[in-house]
Amino acid sequence: MPIKIENLYYTYMNGGPFKKDALHDINLEIADGEFIGIIGHTGSGKSTLIQHLNGILKPTKGNVIINNINTMQKNLKELRSQVGIVFQYPEHQLFEETVKKDISFGLINQGLSQEEIDKRVISSLESVGLSDRILDKSPFELSGGQKRRTAIAGVVAMMPRILVLDEPTAGLDPKGRDEIFGYISKLHEDFNMTVILVSHSMEDIAKLTDRVIVMNEGTVFMDKPSSEVYADPKALEGIGLSAPQITYLMKRLKTIFPEINEKVLTVEAASEELIKQLNKRVH
Amino acid sequence: MNSNIFDVSDVNFLYAAYDNNSQDVHALKDINIKIQKGDFVVILGRNGSGKSTLSRLLNALLIPQTGKVLVMGMDTADENNTWSIRSTAGMVFQNPDNQIIATTVEEDVAFGPENLGVEPGEIRKRVDDALATVGISHLKENAPHLLSGGQKQRVAIAGILAMKPQCIILDEATSMLDPVGRKEVMSILRKLNEEESITIVHITHHMDEAALAKRLIIVDNGKIVLDGKPREVFSKVSILKSFGLDVPQVTDLFYSLKQQGIDIKKLPLTVEEAFEIIDDLQKHTS
Repeated sequence: MPIKIENLYYTYMNGGPFKKDALHDINLEIADGEFIGIIGHTGSGKSTLIQHLNGILKPTKGNVIINNINTMQKNLKELRSQVGIVFQYPEHQLFEETVKKDISFGLINQGLSQEEIDKRVISSLESVGLSDRILDKSPFELSGGQKRRTAIAGVVAMMPRILVLDEPTAGLDPKGRDEIFGYISKLHEDFNMTVILVSHSMEDIAKLTDRVIVMNEGTVFMDKPSSEVYADPKALEGIGLSAPQITYLMKRLKTIFPEINEKVLTVEAASEELIKQLNKRVH
Repeated sequence: MNSNIFDVSDVNFLYAAYDNNSQDVHALKDINIKIQKGDFVVILGRNGSGKSTLSRLLNALLIPQTGKVLVMGMDTADENNTWSIRSTAGMVFQNPDNQIIATTVEEDVAFGPENLGVEPGEIRKRVDDALATVGISHLKENAPHLLSGGQKQRVAIAGILAMKPQCIILDEATSMLDPVGRKEVMSILRKLNEEESITIVHITHHMDEAALAKRLIIVDNGKIVLDGKPREVFSKVSILKSFGLDVPQVTDLFYSLKQQGIDIKKLPLTVEEAFEIIDDLQKHTS
């Protein structure tokens, strides 16, 4: 199993007066090529969980095993080349003089040849929709959306098998958001990359992912296919989340159209479903 | 008596090029806008549209190169007015961690009135009132860095309230918050607007927040392109999309139904409205 998390517990500042239990008894298995959404309110343990995936945090108890590498082992070079994490506001981590140098940084550390590095820099820029004309620009003269995409390209260039993104579209406008999600979906399809997406946007998670893991107070509250997670908005509201507007509407419409499929998650699917139901009434 | 709190006329703003290879950025072009006392205005626009520049002109953080910005009749270009303008219109920024300076919540809230030279007894009262208004009195002795994002933004809002402003300007103050934090901040803003008649100017990317405004202004490419009640503005779905913006999901759904020939007279903003429209529709067809 590519990602296997067994009985994971994590405590911040363990043994100190401010110790805080952040994760308890997490058990998860994730297969190659899955597109997973992680939702949960602030402090539910989402970020703590994803930082275990490449050994930034190590379990207080339990095991995290990625492609047969236990994150407790000392040498994590191989693990870090397999799991790429894009943190919140990744543009804050840009530091080099040019876009090219910034994206190359991880690749040089991996010991790749110059030829391979150049190739990957170009292809990673393309994969986030940026032109090679910006290669020699300073990352700091780019627009906010371009900076964000450059930072994501730096992680994508490492060609991780597992790509983890923590709120990759926070602060972007709707168009910028849709573009970034489009590029992420394409990486998922083209390279069968496993994608783990942390987001507060229920609409985006519903639209993009196959499976949703809902975190609450350091535990896995729900782990289901996307279409089923939202079937019970009350349960989500109970832990400070909500369902997409469409879900609420479809649930209410069930009182008018008992046979309506209330599990649809996107505007397109809802539109189709409604037209079907309205037409039935006419005939 | 003039009821406008802000009066922006013929304003242009340019960010000058910092070297010979780059060009000046003409961030705002011939902007004319009046905002009334007691209004609740949301400004939407894509990244780089000029909305943050506009908000910074409203409390003299930026001064226009041409045109005039008046805040309660005071010209922002006159430095003598700067302090009165800033205590009239307080600003909350995007990142809660960048605007909190003290080691306890109450000290942070007291910082503004202290700088204004308010009497200590009055500061005590204002701090307590402000914390009660935003609902965090129980946190007054806590360390701000241990609070949640929504709580931190409420501390920032309380800090402004303690200066007794007439207006609060929020520049993407909800974009780093989770849905619960966003709801907390939005309900505080509505309460301040309704109960204390404080004018709110809120910049956001969240359409559900925009739907709660009394007036919605869309900025694109340095210009004001739409300005009206949220219902009017959101009915222009295809125009909004051309500005890189979105509409609430139910609005989008009904726009799509309308495109496909279903008889929809007005586009809904909320689930409740959407339900009623369908309910009416099926009563008439069956």
